[in-house]
Amino acid sequence: MLHIVNKSPFEKNSLETAVRLSQPDSAILLIEDAVYAASGDTSAVTMLKDVLRDRQVFALGPDLQARGVDVEKVPDGIEIIDYEGFVDLVVAHESTQSWL
Amino acid sequence: MYEEDGAPGGIVKKIAYVNRRAPHGTIYALEGLEVVLIGAAFDQDVSMIFVDDGVYDLKRGQDTGVSGIKNFSPAYRALEMYDVEKLYAESESLQKRGLVVEDLIVPVEVLSSAEVAELLAGQDIVLNF
Amino acid sequence: MTIEVGGKVFETDEEGYLANLSDWSEEVATSMAGIDGCELGDNHWEVINFLRSYYEEYQIAPAVRVLTKAIGKKLGKDKGNSKYLYELFPYGPAKQACKYAGLPKPTGCV
Repeated sequence: MLHIVNKSPFEKNSLETAVRLSQPDSAILLIEDAVYAASGDTSAVTMLKDVLRDRQVFALGPDLQARGVDVEKVPDGIEIIDYEGFVDLVVAHESTQSWL
Repeated sequence: MYEEDGAPGGIVKKIAYVNRRAPHGTIYALEGLEVVLIGAAFDQDVSMIFVDDGVYDLKRGQDTGVSGIKNFSPAYRALEMYDVEKLYAESESLQKRGLVVEDLIVPVEVLSSAEVAELLAGQDIVLNF
Repeated sequence: MTIEVGGKVFETDEEGYLANLSDWSEEVATSMAGIDGCELGDNHWEVINFLRSYYEEYQIAPAVRVLTKAIGKKLGKDKGNSKYLYELFPYGPAKQACKYAGLPKPTGCV
């Protein structure tokens, strides 16, 4: 299953819950304000590094750019994708869930 | 509406509704409930899962009389008549909020986080509110 | 929109459902039915009163499928079927009876 999260981890617990309620081998895609989770030295990055051990994590490039999030500071293992990559990801998964 | 015969062609999908918001501060919980009530006409395999602040939706003793807003919590008790019988709450969410099943307006099955994850993974469609 | 009953004016929505549940009375129901050319008999009242107590308990107006089932349980099988209910309320039992009962339109009813 593909879990799509669009809320900042510093405002809402959507990412935390998506992680808690996702199975190993699932994928998590950060879009919109959720991309802040992938920036620099934050508590969210610490959590994501842990998640990366058995799950894939993606971040939507255009949303990172729009927010001035430094792509260089996105931790290794988090794959940055474009809109086409977003579509591919949805197609590749049997089901998708958008955590509001 | 497919009142008697169920879904066209008899295709039954597994649909889970994930409720994560408290009842009165935003419209999410009420909207989620209404979608379930409307969707019930299509005879799908429906589960409702209450996690995070969504467990507050089921809190007993809500009384909105003075505040003048609508108390829709009794409607969760009508779900059974709509053949929506699979109600789940995540134990961690309950615990964190100091709630036990006796605090809830309807009987639910309490699941661990891993069990909720498994339930979600087995669905055809998951809608979040 | 409004409806005038016994010299009093009550607010309704554009389809004639009462805006405030508390404005309801038997006179209002009779008057609403009269506008539709429907005279309320005991069988109508049975359903209307059932709907009012259902709403009281669950805070929603039941879908027609649920209403039929619940009426059957409460008032007997010969009344818990669409044919009987549609004969009483030809515009749709949930829709029309809810209106006379002073309830909002059932969720999901178009």
